[in-house]
Formats: sequence, structure tokens, C-alpha cells
Amino acid sequence: MAERIMVPVPPKAIIPSRDVGKRPILETHHLGIEFGGLKAVDDIDFAIGPSEICGLIGPNGAGKTTVFNLLTNVYQPTRGTILLDGYDTKGLSPDRVNRMGIARTFQNIRLFSNMSVLDNVKTGLHANMKTSFLSSITHGFGYSKAEKEADERAIELLKFFNMEHLKDHQAGALPYGAQRRLEIVRALATKPGILLLDEPAAGMNPSETAELMENIRRIRDEFNIAVMLIEHDMNLVMGICEGICVLNYGRIIAKGTPDEIKNNPKVIEAYLGKKAE
Amino acid sequence: MKSFFNKFSGLKKSARSNMITLALCLAAFGFVTAMVATGNASRHMKSLLVPICINIILTVSLNLVIGFLGELSLGHAGFMSVGAYAACLFSIAFEETLPVMVRFPLAMLIGGIAGGLFGLLVGIPVLRLKGDYLAIVTLAFGEILRSIIINLEFTGGASGLKGMPQDSTFNWGFIAVVITLFVVMNLVDSRHGRAIMAIRENAIAASAVGININRYKLMVFTVAAFFAGVAGALYGHNYSIMTAGTFDYNKSIEILVMVVLGGMGNIRGSIISAVLITVLPEMLRGLADYRMLIYAVVLIAMMLLGTSEKFMMLRYRLAPKRLIKRALQERQNRKDEKEARKYG
Amino acid sequence: MNFLSNLISGLSLGSIYALIALGYTMVYGIAKMLNFAHGDIIMVGAFAAIVFINNLGLPMILGVLLSVVVCVAVGVLVEKIAYKPLRNAPPLSVLITAIGVSYFLQSLAQLIFGTNQKAFPKFIQVAPVHIGELTIKGESIVTLAVTVTIMVVLTLFINKTRMGKAMRAVSEDRQAAELMGISVNRTITITFAIGSALASVAGSFYGLTYSFIGPYTGSMPGIKAFVAAVFGGIGSIPGAMLGGILLGIIENLAKAYISTELSDAIVFGVLILVLLVKPTGLLGKKINEKV
Repeated sequence: MAERIMVPVPPKAIIPSRDVGKRPILETHHLGIEFGGLKAVDDIDFAIGPSEICGLIGPNGAGKTTVFNLLTNVYQPTRGTILLDGYDTKGLSPDRVNRMGIARTFQNIRLFSNMSVLDNVKTGLHANMKTSFLSSITHGFGYSKAEKEADERAIELLKFFNMEHLKDHQAGALPYGAQRRLEIVRALATKPGILLLDEPAAGMNPSETAELMENIRRIRDEFNIAVMLIEHDMNLVMGICEGICVLNYGRIIAKGTPDEIKNNPKVIEAYLGKKAE
Repeated sequence: MKSFFNKFSGLKKSARSNMITLALCLAAFGFVTAMVATGNASRHMKSLLVPICINIILTVSLNLVIGFLGELSLGHAGFMSVGAYAACLFSIAFEETLPVMVRFPLAMLIGGIAGGLFGLLVGIPVLRLKGDYLAIVTLAFGEILRSIIINLEFTGGASGLKGMPQDSTFNWGFIAVVITLFVVMNLVDSRHGRAIMAIRENAIAASAVGININRYKLMVFTVAAFFAGVAGALYGHNYSIMTAGTFDYNKSIEILVMVVLGGMGNIRGSIISAVLITVLPEMLRGLADYRMLIYAVVLIAMMLLGTSEKFMMLRYRLAPKRLIKRALQERQNRKDEKEARKYG
Repeated sequence: MNFLSNLISGLSLGSIYALIALGYTMVYGIAKMLNFAHGDIIMVGAFAAIVFINNLGLPMILGVLLSVVVCVAVGVLVEKIAYKPLRNAPPLSVLITAIGVSYFLQSLAQLIFGTNQKAFPKFIQVAPVHIGELTIKGESIVTLAVTVTIMVVLTLFINKTRMGKAMRAVSEDRQAAELMGISVNRTITITFAIGSALASVAGSFYGLTYSFIGPYTGSMPGIKAFVAAVFGGIGSIPGAMLGGILLGIIENLAKAYISTELSDAIVFGVLILVLLVKPTGLLGKKINEKV
């Protein structure tokens, strides 16, 4: 296990008042990555409180998904540090950092399409099931008990999103909205401390988006975890995020509460272009 | 009896399906044993029994790699050869000192362990490869193994290994088949199996939910190679001479054909196709010249049909389960109609 | 001196590998598939040449040229029948199909021509060249000259012509190329045609070097050429040339100084080593999977 590094919360971080004084669940220092000399993401600093809902917004191509890929160690940063619950995640594999407490969904849905909905969620429970290889090949040594517990836990999670009646369906055959929800359930099954959502509202109508907003709040409250989301739907972002980072050309151009962001001239410029002088 | 049925229907669908597969195998074993005991089996048929067991083990274990992990291994015959040589050398050394009841199970175990060790050995370096590269590297490993075996003294070199006891019998083969099926079917239906299939479905998502891809790839490679080694042990003790040439690339392709014909990820299908591919060429001697050609056509046709939507629709429409369901439904409908007319 | 002559025959063998490797690398780059049957096209070409020259009595050079036509037809046909329907299928299905096609060609050739090896006509006869104590076979020189010429022409074609540009575009991004009005199917067909033509030429020179051809003649050089393509960096045309030539030299030196029986094992060892140390090959570029 990597050494836990205690760092004071950077003063410039925006964190909801209830999380002040607690160790941030996730923080980055000067995080950056280059692809063939091009700085896709550069000098990213932020900290997220353990029960915060935080938004990452920015124009297309600003590097938002790249930040997620860095946070989940899909890419290794060329510079900077990521601290997950105080542990430096440098050089660890994506599965290892997931087990350390970071879970995500994908912009282009990545389900286990040919497996059932229930098995998708149970795959999410994988790392928290402790049955041995021997138990798996004999179906003895605690296999039945562990499977039963996993089934129960998976159904409990599916119920959270009103999906328990779909449990035997093939995941790839679900309607689009249900696939997005299933991806979130699967991520939650890994017992994360922070959940990263990559455009969770993409392709949803306003009523579905409203339901999603409610669900994200419920996730935070009932699982008591932090949520970070990339989203283009400003109603959603402004409606539920407590802190927002705005990214443009791979750099953070603004950080603050929704109200501060709305009135920030740099943000307006990034989205709407510079006013004619 | 009733309580057994209650218990049986209370089982998970996958567990029920596994029990049916094992029961069918047991029934087939009983039938064949009875045929042999009553003298209804020809010499020729009897000579096919051990090869059938060998091919079932090879097919089911390779299906674990291809059908469940979603990677192509072209070195299965190589692992088989390692198991065969290890087991046969052991049997030759202990032919005088150990009785066959002890010697042969030990030989199979040693064959399996030797195969599994090589699976692990090959698996470690090729872990980060996938797809085409992985396939070609397993092929390369298989060929290297064969060259090395031919160039070694104690393996009998190019002229082959002789003098192993003829220990392989249908009973031993059947026991090995049952163990293989038990282990592979259980593994697939477990948390480890879900992890393996998740890698096949979407490797990036699998690692995002905490699955260590390398570890599971290695696990599959080792388990599959273990059983290939067991099959090799059965093979080696079934003939009086064994040459490395048997375990070439063509043998690996033959196993691949059996997996593809039975259906990737379908264990019952693997068993059926292994039996078919072992028995049919012997039955249809006239087609011997066309065997390779038929294999090739099977590979191409299965892949093309598998992606053809029209064919998949046809298959869906003609699935026995669905047909039975529909027939029952229609009967019920007719009954309902009759009732309605009676009272209406 | 012995070393030098081994080096030169390695160079000539390597240039044959390079020709085959070019087909692999182009198809891999453009159709994103490993055409396992590519090696067997060599055998098809060599047998076609034998039929034209020995059975039909055509002039040797004409027979060799016509064999190129046969190979192009076979290559394009295979692509149309077996690979095109699988363009959006999982890579595993495509690979299995390609193995099936390879097997199909081999067993068909075996049915038609039998298992025995057939003598390949010496369609080019050049006197050996003597430089001091060193003797270089005439065939080696011709093989080398022809393959180098073909490689130069191919490089010009890829870099200077419209079709070459289309090929590069499809290999970069198939969808974007399609949106730009490039016919992806046509580009892939042409790639297969070129690859098969190169394989056919390679087949004739292989026949010239080894004098005998059998139904399985194509599979070993095919696999070795794939090793060469990976060695040089798959998808890279100069890489295929470099990889092929290096592999030919390695194989010949291994045969001369280590062991004839183990030379194949050594070639495969090279493949494994390359994939472990530098999976992108000598001249290949790294491709990041998009998440």
C-alpha cells in the first residue's frame, strides 16, 4: 500500500462548509499529461470533500474526460500528483485504484453487454467478495453463502434505481437510459469513496434529467460518498453541484460555487467567445 | 424423490443446466459401458472411446480461453505435448514400482501440473498482449516447444518416445472428463468466472470495477493448460509411440474447430462437437481426404453465419425451446377457445 | 568469407520475407485485421506459375506474370466472400475466419496437387558472380534487385498517388475517410489486391530459391513474414521492409552458426522478444486506445 500523505487542504480549494477540516477524498496537485508534446491537461489543482458533489465543465475538447482517465489511472500523468483519500496513486493500475475507492462511468457506455443485469452488478461486487479460487471451482467453501449475499446486495442496489425487475435481462438489450443507470449501479457496487460520472445526462430528456439529479443527490446522501461529474447540461450542473471547476484548453480557468461560475467573465468568454471590442 | 425435484427446481438456472450436462454425460457413459459389456461395440468403436474423452477435455478447456476470456490461443497442442511427455516419462520411470491404480492418476496429475506450469510460464510474458498478437505468440510458443522437444535426448527426439505403459482406459478418461467439466462449469459460474467474462465483454470497464485483468488472464491460461496437460497424459498412454510432430499447429487448429463448431462459450456444445469431430471422420472414411477442407469450411461458415442477422433470426425462430413453448401456448389457446365456446 | 555469403543469402531470403510482410502490414494497417491466409497466397501463386509453365507450356516469364493475376483474383475474392461481411464483427471472429481461409487454401491445394512437393521451374537463370573468394548466386542478385525495385515503387505509390493517400487516410481513421468521400470498401479491396500481387511475386522467388513447392509451403514463410512485420512495426511500410530483411539475415545466420532444426524456434523467439521489449516494433508508432 502506498504511503498515506497528509496534506493540508489547499486554501484555494472550494469545499462545502460541512467538509471543511476533513481530509479531501480526492485532490490533485499540478496534474498534467502530454501526448506527443501536446499538453492535453496541464497544471490541474483541485480538492473534493468527502461528501461533495462537484462539477467539471468546459467546452468540447477541453480535456475533461482526460482528467477522468488520469484520476482512474487509465493514463499515467506526465507530471503532478493525485491523492485518493490521502494515498498517492502514482503508478498503480486502474483496477487497483478502483479497489482503493474510485469508481466511474463512461461517456460511451461500457457495459458487459452479453451478461445479465444482475451479473453486471455482481461483477461490480467482485473485489469485495472474498471467496477463493478453490471455492469457485468446487462451489463449496462458502460459495453458496457468498453468492446469496451478492445476489441480495445486487438487488438492493438495483432497487435503489428501480431496476430490480430487469435483473434477468441482457444488459446490452436495455433501453439507453436504463443502460446509463446500470453503469452507475455497477460503479456503486464497487463501494467507492468517490464516484466519477462522465456525462450522465447525455441523451436524456428533461424529465429523465430531473430524475437523474434527484438520484445523484440520493447517491451522495445514502451512500455518503463524493460525486464528481462531467456534464454539458447547465441546469443539472448548476442545480446540484456545490463546487465547479471549469476547464478550457486543458487548464482550469475558474473554480467556485455555481453562482460565482455563472458570473465569471472568463467562463462566459470560454463558452461564448470574446466580446467584440 | 419429490423433495429432490423441489430442490432441483429451486436451484439457480445455471446450476440446473450444469447438473443436466453432467447427468447426460453419465447416461452416455452408462450406455457405452453397457454396450461394451454386452459385446455390442466393435473393436473400432472401442478404440475411439479414449480419443473422445481426450478431445472433450481439450475442447472444453480451450473454450474457457476462447469462449469465456475471448482470447485466441493457438498453442493448446503445445501444452498438451508438455503434459504428455511429463506424464509418460513419469510412467516409464515408475512402471515397475507403482501399481497402475496409483501410477496413472499420478501421471495425469503430473501431466496437468506440467501443462499448467507451462501455461503460467507462457502466460506471464504475453499478458499484456491481446487479440492477434496474443494468438500469434501462443502459436510461436507451441512451435518453439515442438522444436525443443524434437531436439532433446530424453524425449526420444524426432523418432519419438516409446515404452510407456498403455494405461489409458475409457474409465480413466471418463473420470478426467467429469473432473474437467465440474471444474470448468463451476469456475464459469462464480465470481472468478464473471470477472473472466467481464474481460471478454469490455476490458476497460472490467478494470474500472476492480478486476485485475492480468491475474485473470493468467488464471485462465493456467487452468486451460492444466487440462490440456491432462488430455496429453491420456493421449500418451493410449499409444505405443508418441512423436512431437503430433502436437503441431494443425492439432491446435483441430481443437479450435471443435470449439467453434460447438459454440464459443457453450460447454455442452463443446462436448457434442468433440464427439462428432472424433467419430465422424472414422465413420466416413471416404471423406478422409476432405477432412481438412471440411474443417476450414466449418470455421468460415460458423463465423459468417454468426454475424449474419438473417441466420440468427432463423436460429431464434427454430430454437427447440421456443418451438416447444409455442406449441404448448397454441394448445392452451385452443383449449381456452373450446372452453369459451362451451360457456359462451 | 563464409559469413559474407551467408549474409548475402540472408539478405535475399529477407527481401522475400519483406515482400510478404508488406502485404501483412498494409492489410493490418488499412483493414485492421491479421490476414492469416496471406502466407498461403504465396503457395497459390507458386502453384499457378507451375501450372502455367509446366502444364500449359507458357513461356516462363509470362507464366510468372499470369500467376500474379491469379493471386490478385484469389486475394480479392477471399476478401469479398470471407472478410467483408465481418467488417464490424469482433476481432476474434475475423481472426478465426482468416485461419479458416488459410486452412481452406491449403487443403484445396492438397486435394488438387497432392501432398508431394513439386519442382518449381527455374524461370531466371543468371550465372553466379565471383568477387575474390566470395561467390554470390545469380538468383540472389535478381531477387534482391526485383524486391528493392518493387519496394521503391510501392513507397512512391503510397506517398505520391491519390489512391495511396486514400489508403493512408483509411488507415488513420476509417470513418473520417468515409466522410471525406473515400470508398473504404474499394480501398480495402485494392489493398488486398496489392498485397496478393506482392505475395505472388514472393512466391515465385521463394520457388526459385528453394526449388520445391507443396501445399503447406506458404504457411511457414507466411508466419515468419508476420513476425517480420511485427518486428518492423506493424502498419509501417518501411518497418516491414526492415523487419523482413533483418529476419532473413537472423534466420540464415542462425542456420549457419547455431542449428538448422532450431532456426525456426529462434525466429519465433525474436517475435516474442520484440513483443515483450518493444511491442510497437522498430518503426511502429504507439496507438492509444480511446477511452
